Amino acid sequence: MSKQPFFSEKSKLYEMIAVNPKLLPLLPRFGIQLGFGDHSIGEVCRANGVDTRLFLLICNIYTDDEALVHPKDIEAIDMDGLLPYLLASHRYYLDERFPHIEEHLQHIINAAGPKYGNMLNHFYNEYQQEVKKHFKYEEEEVFPYIESLRKGQSTNNFSISQFRVNHSNIEDTLEDMMNILVKYLPGDILPKERIEISTDIIELSADLISHSLIEDQILIPYVETLENAKQ
Amino acid sequence: MSNRIIICEASEIITTGLYEIIQGISGCDVVARVDTPDQLTEKILSTDANMLIINTNLLGFTDRNLPQQLKKEYPQLTVIALMTTYVEPSTLKPYDGVIEINDTKLKVINKMNQFAHDAEKQDKTDDVELSKREIDVLVAVAKGMMNKEIADQMNISIHTVISHRKNITRKTGIKSVSGLTVYALLNNLIDENEVYK
Repeated sequence: MSKQPFFSEKSKLYEMIAVNPKLLPLLPRFGIQLGFGDHSIGEVCRANGVDTRLFLLICNIYTDDEALVHPKDIEAIDMDGLLPYLLASHRYYLDERFPHIEEHLQHIINAAGPKYGNMLNHFYNEYQQEVKKHFKYEEEEVFPYIESLRKGQSTNNFSISQFRVNHSNIEDTLEDMMNILVKYLPGDILPKERIEISTDIIELSADLISHSLIEDQILIPYVETLENAKQ
Repeated sequence: MSNRIIICEASEIITTGLYEIIQGISGCDVVARVDTPDQLTEKILSTDANMLIINTNLLGFTDRNLPQQLKKEYPQLTVIALMTTYVEPSTLKPYDGVIEINDTKLKVINKMNQFAHDAEKQDKTDDVELSKREIDVLVAVAKGMMNKEIADQMNISIHTVISHRKNITRKTGIKSVSGLTVYALLNNLIDENEVYK
C-alpha cells in the first residue's frame, strides 16, 4: 500500500518548509527561488516549470525515509525533471557542501599541528577522491545511458541492473569523520569549530541518505520501465 | 525470547485492533492495556513488561521525556511510538521504533519482529574497550594489510579476522579503513611513518 504524501499541491509551499526545514535546500535544485510568498506548492511548481507530482514525490522521501514509492506513480509521473534534479543535487554537494566542510576542516588541520594535521588531511583527501569518482561515474556513465534510453536511441550493453546505488561508502566515511572529530581528536583543538562542522556533517549525511533513496526508489524503477518498454 | 508488551492508547478501537495483530505474533504477549500514561511505571513493574507501545499524542510537552525516563528506570524496556497523526520527526527521537496508523498488518508484524531483534542485539553492545587481539588486527588493517594476510600472520582464520573487524567497528564506531588508520594514529597504536609514505 503506498502512503499518501503528507502534503498536496494545494498546501502552501511555506507550510511544508515549516514542518520540514530540511526541504529548503531542495528548492534551488528544482530552480525554485525564494520569495515565493504564500503561493501553493502547485502554483510555485507551475510558475517554475517543475512537475508538481515529481516535486512532491521527492519531498515526501526527504520527509519520511520509510516512504514507499508505488510503481504506478513511477509510470504516471513525468520524469523529465528527474535527471536535472539529481545533477543539481550533485553540484550542491560538490560545489557547496563539501567545500564548506573542507574550509572548516582546514582550520582544524592547521590547529592540530603536523602530526594529527597530516593524517586528517590525508583522510579527507582520500575521501574526496572517492566522492568525486562516485559522482563522476554516475554523471559520465549512468546518466548519459538513461538520457539515450529516454530518446529511444540504441544503447550499448549497459543495463541499470549493473548500477547498484552504492552511496554507503560515502555515508560511512562521513560518519567516521564525525566519530573522529567528536570522540577521538584531543578536546582542546578548536572545539567550537568542530561542533559546527559536525552539525554540517549530520545534515549532509541525512541529505545523502535521502539522495540514495531517491535513486533506489525512483531512478532505478523508472529506468527499468524504460528498459522493459524497449524490449 | 518472549516479548511482554503494554499498549498505552486512548482509543478502544485502536487498542483492540493492535491487540488482535500482536497476539497473533509468536513470542509476543500483550500483558496490559492502559488508556493513559499515568500509572505506567507501576504497570511495567507489576507486569515485568519489556516493551511499551504508546501513542505519541498521549504525551504532552511536559512529559515528552517520558520514554527516556522509563528506559533509564527499566534498561530492558523497548519503547515504541504509535503514530496516529503526523508528528515532528524530532518528537520520535526518544523512541526505539514507530508503528503508524496506516501500517498494514504485515508491516506491523515485520516491525515487531525487528524491534525484538534490535532489543536482543543491544544487550551485547556493552563493552567498549578493544581487546589485545582486536588491537593487533586494527594495527594490521591500519597498515593496509588484507584480511588474508592478517589471518596468515596471526595464525587465525579469515573468519576470525572478519569477526574481530566487526567488533572493532562496533566499539569504535568507525567503518572505513582510512578512518581506522586515523583512529590507530590518534591512539598512538602505530607511527605515522608506517602508513603514509
